[in-house]
Amino acid sequence: MAEPVLEIRDLKKSFGALKATDGVSLHLASGEIHALIGPNGAGKSTLIHQISGSLTPDSGKIRFLGQDIAGLDMAARARLGLARSFQTSSLAQEFSALRNVMLAVQARQGTSLRFFRPVMRDRSLTEPAMAMLERVGLAGRAHVPAAELSHGERRQLEIATALALGPKAFLLDEPMAGMGPEGAKNLTGFLDTLRQEAPILLVEHDMDAVFALADRVSVLVYGRIIATGDVDEIRNDPEVRRAYLGEPA
Amino acid sequence: MRKVVTREAIANGSLALLLLAVPFAAIAMDEPFYVTLATRIAILALAAVGLNIALGLGGLVSFGHAAFFGLGGYAAGILATHAFNAEPLLLGIPATTSMPVIWLVALVVCGLVALPIGAVSLRTSGVYFIMITLAFAQMIYYFAISWPAYGGQDGLSIYVRNSFPGVNTALPLPLFLICYGLLLLGLVLFWTLRNSRFGAALQAARQNPTRLAAVGIAPFNIRLTAFTVSAMITGLAGALFADLNRFTSPSMLSWHMSGELIVLIILGGRGRLFGPVAGAMLFVLFEFALGGITERWQLFLGLILLGVVLFARGGLMGFIAGRERHG
Ligand SMILES: Nc1ncnc2c1ncn2[C@@H]1O[C@H](COP(=O)(O)OP(=O)(O)O)[C@@H](O)[C@H]1O
Ligand SMILES: [Mg+2]
Repeated sequence: MAEPVLEIRDLKKSFGALKATDGVSLHLASGEIHALIGPNGAGKSTLIHQISGSLTPDSGKIRFLGQDIAGLDMAARARLGLARSFQTSSLAQEFSALRNVMLAVQARQGTSLRFFRPVMRDRSLTEPAMAMLERVGLAGRAHVPAAELSHGERRQLEIATALALGPKAFLLDEPMAGMGPEGAKNLTGFLDTLRQEAPILLVEHDMDAVFALADRVSVLVYGRIIATGDVDEIRNDPEVRRAYLGEPA
Repeated sequence: MRKVVTREAIANGSLALLLLAVPFAAIAMDEPFYVTLATRIAILALAAVGLNIALGLGGLVSFGHAAFFGLGGYAAGILATHAFNAEPLLLGIPATTSMPVIWLVALVVCGLVALPIGAVSLRTSGVYFIMITLAFAQMIYYFAISWPAYGGQDGLSIYVRNSFPGVNTALPLPLFLICYGLLLLGLVLFWTLRNSRFGAALQAARQNPTRLAAVGIAPFNIRLTAFTVSAMITGLAGALFADLNRFTSPSMLSWHMSGELIVLIILGGRGRLFGPVAGAMLFVLFEFALGGITERWQLFLGLILLGVVLFARGGLMGFIAGRERHG
């Protein structure tokens, strides 16, 4: 088997007495969508934070593209090709949707220490950024400040900025949350094609989306992975049904 | 497309013309004192344009920019003193009374001092950043007042105002025009930076540093660059200030000065191109009008500032030109 794009081994993180990540191991292979499901407070976001670099694990290893990334900060990991979206969207609120994506485009080009040319007249920024907004269906709202976008639109914008980085892997933390059935359906179709560009570690509550998209599913409960498998295996796993899907065994 | 001439552009143009008109009117009415007042406004505005890069664009509330204002002032004072006494500087380098050379020295010195101060201070944020920049500036202040070679507590007099090629700087109007010209250059620089890729990253660092890191730009590098450029411009203004007063006072280095610069920006509208100009006009006007009536004019200024913070958060520019839009 080829080396996985992302590999996590025996990761641990405690907040005081609470073991938010309790010996998690998982990997993300190229071309796949690996869904991470689990009840609220299971530690899904905490895991994403540790992979992206906004939280430091207590112990364990994270390898990305064959490299140990423990010593790298969030920005350096993003430059390596780890793109994420946040559960609570995290954008430059005063900037328009377009300028948020342009920021990602300039970051990818590595040109943030240029001091003279005005960005709004720079087509090497505006055009790729606009193309990304079109891909996520947000082109009509390009000039609206992020703060004035709807909840669902902000999630789309986060995806557009992640896309603009041309990443090697996506970490998406509940991208469907608050999107409404129509939006969730569109996004599901979109993510389905996205896995060709880069594999996705997808944290999601929307089970329809998970079962439609995931190549593999891992179930996280109290900081531990209790099962990993394809969609059918997870659906029929008695422990998963008891712990998470809320059905009697 | 957006309208080419915005309300803000009209407001900016009017302020620029108003400031330019004052000294000419003053000369016409034979009131040279008002030329000095306008020059003071231009210089303080330039100092605040510098701070506005760090504070307005980057959200870095430096409470230590007096350090750079003062260092610029000492660059002018020390070079002029050495030249006046015909004493070379260290290593036999000759001193100078040429303003452009002095400005260059002020820019370089402030850049070199800002780099390590920024590198240390920017490890912190919020109140800690305010306190640590204040601490650095106070260190430089105490160093200056305990160094008798350059005047100590008494400061340094500049006996003959430094020179500018082809201009009689002893006259108030030419000196004003030099300062006004540099203010315009400072504003052009601010405007250019704000609209550039660097400016985009810097403003994103203020709005949401996590967002900046998430796309792969380390906020620290961007902020350090901004802090350094910001310090250099404030330092240039300090050199002009010393020449205007023909005196370098250690008070230029004190925390009052740092506070004054922050007040200018908040009064005028932080992050706005002409915020520092509007703020400096208001400030000097108050200082002049109220200062003549009561010793406690700063109390009234404080009340006005409180009003601005509570009721007109965009400052004077927000009041005249409305909210700012970013592309
Ligand atoms: N910074 C933090 N400090 C203390 N406890 C935290 C912190 N972040 C998360 N937690 C706790 O860790 C657990 C896992 O949280 P989280 O990863 O957000 O769960 P999920 O995303 O699966 O809903 C929760 O009990 C949460 O309260
Ligand atoms: Mg979560």
